[in-house]
Amino acid sequence: MRVLDPSSAVAIFAIPAQQPAGLNRRDFLKSSAAAGLVFGLQLPLAKKAFAADAVGEVPPGQFAPNAFIRIAPDNTVTLVIKHHEMGQGATTGLATILCEELDADLPAVKVEYAPSNAALYKNLAFGAQGTGGSTAIANSWEQLRKAGATGRAMLVSAAAKRWNVSPASITVSKGVVSSGSHKATFGELANDAATQPVPADVPLKDPKNFVLVGKKETRRLDSQAKCTGTAIYTIDVKLPGLLTAVIARPPAFGVKLVSFDAASAKAVKGVTDVVEVPEGVAIVATGMWPALQGRRALKIQWDGSAGKLNTAGLYSDYLKIAEAGVGAATITRDKNTAAQMKKAVTTVEAVYEFPYLAHAPMEPLNCVAWLHDGMLETWGAHQFPSFDHMFAAQAAGLPVEKVKLNSLISGGSFGRRANAASDFTVEAVNVAKAIGRPVPVRVQRTREDDMRAGWYRPLYVHTVKTGLDARGELLAWQHAIVGQSIMAGTPMAATVKNGNDASSTEGVWPTPYKIPAMSADLYSPVQDVRPLWWRSVGNTHTAYVMETMLDELATLARQDPVAYRLKLLADEPRMAGVIKLAADKAGWNTPMPAGKARGVASHFSFDTYVAQVAEVSLKPNGQPKVERVVVAVDCGVAVNPDQIAAQMEGCVGFALAAALYGELDIENGAVKQSNYHDFRVLRIDEMPKVEVYIADSQHAPTGVGEPGVPPLAPAVANALAKLTGTRVRRLPLARQKFQLA
Amino acid sequence: MVSLKINGSAHSVDAEPNTPLLWVLRDELGLTGTKYGCGVAQCGACTVHLDGQPLRSCSAPVSAVGGKNVTTIEGLSSKTAKTVQQAWIDLDVAQCGYCQSGQIMTAVALLEAKPKPSDEDIDLAMAGNICRCATYVRIRAAVHAASAKLSA
Repeated sequence: MRVLDPSSAVAIFAIPAQQPAGLNRRDFLKSSAAAGLVFGLQLPLAKKAFAADAVGEVPPGQFAPNAFIRIAPDNTVTLVIKHHEMGQGATTGLATILCEELDADLPAVKVEYAPSNAALYKNLAFGAQGTGGSTAIANSWEQLRKAGATGRAMLVSAAAKRWNVSPASITVSKGVVSSGSHKATFGELANDAATQPVPADVPLKDPKNFVLVGKKETRRLDSQAKCTGTAIYTIDVKLPGLLTAVIARPPAFGVKLVSFDAASAKAVKGVTDVVEVPEGVAIVATGMWPALQGRRALKIQWDGSAGKLNTAGLYSDYLKIAEAGVGAATITRDKNTAAQMKKAVTTVEAVYEFPYLAHAPMEPLNCVAWLHDGMLETWGAHQFPSFDHMFAAQAAGLPVEKVKLNSLISGGSFGRRANAASDFTVEAVNVAKAIGRPVPVRVQRTREDDMRAGWYRPLYVHTVKTGLDARGELLAWQHAIVGQSIMAGTPMAATVKNGNDASSTEGVWPTPYKIPAMSADLYSPVQDVRPLWWRSVGNTHTAYVMETMLDELATLARQDPVAYRLKLLADEPRMAGVIKLAADKAGWNTPMPAGKARGVASHFSFDTYVAQVAEVSLKPNGQPKVERVVVAVDCGVAVNPDQIAAQMEGCVGFALAAALYGELDIENGAVKQSNYHDFRVLRIDEMPKVEVYIADSQHAPTGVGEPGVPPLAPAVANALAKLTGTRVRRLPLARQKFQLA
Repeated sequence: MVSLKINGSAHSVDAEPNTPLLWVLRDELGLTGTKYGCGVAQCGACTVHLDGQPLRSCSAPVSAVGGKNVTTIEGLSSKTAKTVQQAWIDLDVAQCGYCQSGQIMTAVALLEAKPKPSDEDIDLAMAGNICRCATYVRIRAAVHAASAKLSA
C-alpha cells in the first residue's frame, strides 16, 4: 500500500457506493457517515459527524476528551487504537504517543481496538479507516500528540480548580497529577475533568522532555499476553453455540461449481450444515475436525475445463509484451533518453523475473460472522474496516448501521488482510447467511486453503537497458515493467492515472538517483488470479532491479558500489546518510575472509530510508548463506527504537525467505504449492545476525513495517555476484546452485 | 469417550479417536493458547509437551496420547518455563505472536534437556518452529538469556 496525499484521498477512495435496500440516497449518506464509510464525496459529511460527536462510544461516567482516551473513576485509562495490530507494534506505538503527551502510565493502560467509524478513526493518509502502507505512526503522530495533550490539559485544569492552585504549579507523571502536597490520580479527577471545556489549542511537549518517545526502555504492551497464550486472535473467539466452517473451494482459478451431494458429508458426526456459497460449498460443524472430515467426505463436481493460467509460460509472454511495446503506459519519459543511449560506450541489457508470492501469515485467514436480531456482527482481523464494513453489509443485505465489526489482532498479515474485496470477511457472512439460523459461525481456512486462495504479489518481468560513457558514468536508463495492476478494478482504481499504477512502479520512478536521462513504461496484463500488495508492494521487485543493476554498473565502471551510489545521491542527504552509516558499521572498507563477500543496497519507500549490507557465503550444497546483515534506517523521530529494530530484523527475515525460496507456481489455473513444505519460508537456522542502526533525526516519524524489506534481496544478490561472478536476474535465488568465482 | 491428563487435570472428552490432540484442546477444552498453523507438523505453532517432550499436537491423534501428561502453554509452571516466558517478555520477542506459544514450548523443552545450548543447539532444536515475522534473532537471544538466568 502506498502513502497517499491526504488531500487526494477523496478521489482515491471514490467507491461507487452501493445503496443498501430501503434507504434513499440521503439516508445512505447520513448512515454511511455515521458508520464510517468515508469515501469520495461523503468526506465532508464525515467531517460534520466528527464535529457533532468527536468522542465515539464512551461508557457512561467516563472522561473522554476525544475519541482516543477514556478515563474511568476507578482509574482505568483506556486508549482506543485506530490501527490493526498484526505484529508491527502499532498498538504500542500509538499508545506511546498518547501516553507521552497525556503523561499516563504506559504499562498500566488498557487498549481497545477502534470500532468501524471512519469519521473518528480514519487513516489520515488514506481518508478511510485502514492500516497499511507503513502509515500507522506517521499519520497518527500529530493527531495523537494533540489528543493526549488535550486530555492532560483538562485533567490539569480540573486539578487546579479543585486545589485552587495555578495550572503552572501542577506536574503530571505516570498517571498522577500533583501540586505541592496535593496529589490525585487520573481516575480521581475524571469526573471533574469531564466538565472542563475542551481547549482549542494545546501546547505539545518539547521533544527534549519526552519520557517515552525515543526511549529503548519503552516496551511492547502485548508481550505478556502473547507469551502466555492468552492473546485472543480470530481463531480463538468463543461465542455461545459458535460453529466452525471450512469451504470446499474450486481446485483452480477460473473453475466453477457444477453440483454437489451433501449426504456423505452430513453423515459425519458433528457436521450441522452443508451449504452452497459463492466461494464454493461450506461444511459447517461443531468444530474444526468434523468440518474437515465433512469436507473430505463431500462429493463435489467442478466444471471439467481446467483453468487457463500457467506461470511457466507467463515469463516469456510478459517479455514479448515488453518487446512488442504496444499499449504502454508511461511511467516517466525523458525525451533525451534515446540520444543519450546512443552516446554510450557500454550498454547493459537485462531481463528480470519475479514469481507470484503468497503472504502465508501464521494464522490462516478466518472470520466469525453472526446474523442476529436484524443485524450482523463480525469478529475478525479487520485491517481495513472501511472495506470490510461496506462489503460485509453488502453480503448480508443490511444497511451499514446494522453491521458491527469487532476488530481483533491478527496472526500476521503482510498485506493479505487488507484487500479490496474483503474476501475473508465476506465468505464468513455468506456462510452465516446460508445457514439461515441466528448462530455465529467461524469460517476457518486451512493452510492449504490460504495458500491457494489467490491475492498474491503478482508475477513481474522487467526489461532494462542502461548506457555508460567511457569513464563509466551513467548516461541513460530505459526501463519497462510488465505485471498485473493491483489497483485496477478495485475501489482504489482512481489512483491509476493514464494506465500508470504506481504500486507496480514505485521504486523505479520516482528514484532518488540522479539519472541523466530515464524513460520507463508499464504494461498491466489481466489474469485469472487476483493480485495484492505484499509487504512493501512494488518495492519488492523494483528495488531489486534498480539496486542490482546499479551494482552491476559500478562493477563495470570499476568503481566502489557505495561510492558509485553516493555520487548519484548528491541531492539526497538522508539516503546518502543511511548508506554511509550501514557501510561504516559493516566495515565496508575492510577485507572479507575468503569464501565470503559483502553486498550493499539501499531503498527509499514509505517515506523511510534504509540501507543494508549483507555478508554472504555458500553452503556446501552451493546455496547462499546469509551470515550477517547490517541495517541503517532513517525514519524520522524514532518513536519506539526497540520496535524499529524489531521491524528491521523481521523485514530482513521475511525478505530473505522470499529472496531464497519464495515462488508460487500455477499450472492450468491450479496452485502447485500447498503448505510450508513446498512454499518454504525462513527458519531459525537460516536467520542471519542482524544489526540495526537508527539515524538521528528530527523529521516527523515515518513507517518501519515495510521499508526494511526492499534492500535485502538486492544486497544479498550483489554479495553473491561478488562471491560467484553470477548476476541473478530471476528470483528466488535457491533455483540455482552457485560456485565461488 | 477419551480420557486425557491436561495440565495436571483429568478430562474426559467425546471425540473420535483419530481427532488430532490440537482440535480436542482447542474445540473441546477451550485451551486456545495452542495454535493451528499448518496441520501437517511443518510449523510448530501447535507444540505442546507430552511427558515433557515437545509434540506437534496437530498431527497426534488423541487416541495415541493415552494417560500421558499433556502440558500446554496455559499449564506451564516449572522454573524453566517461567524463566523462558519472562525472557521472551523482557526482550519483546513477539510480533504478531501467533507462533510464540509453540516457540516457547519448544524452548522450554530444549532448556530442560540442555541447560546451556549453543547457537547451533538452538537452531537444531527450534528449526521446526516457523515464525513468519522472523523474530528469530530475539528467539535466540531469549533462549540464551533464560539459560543464563537459570544457571546463575
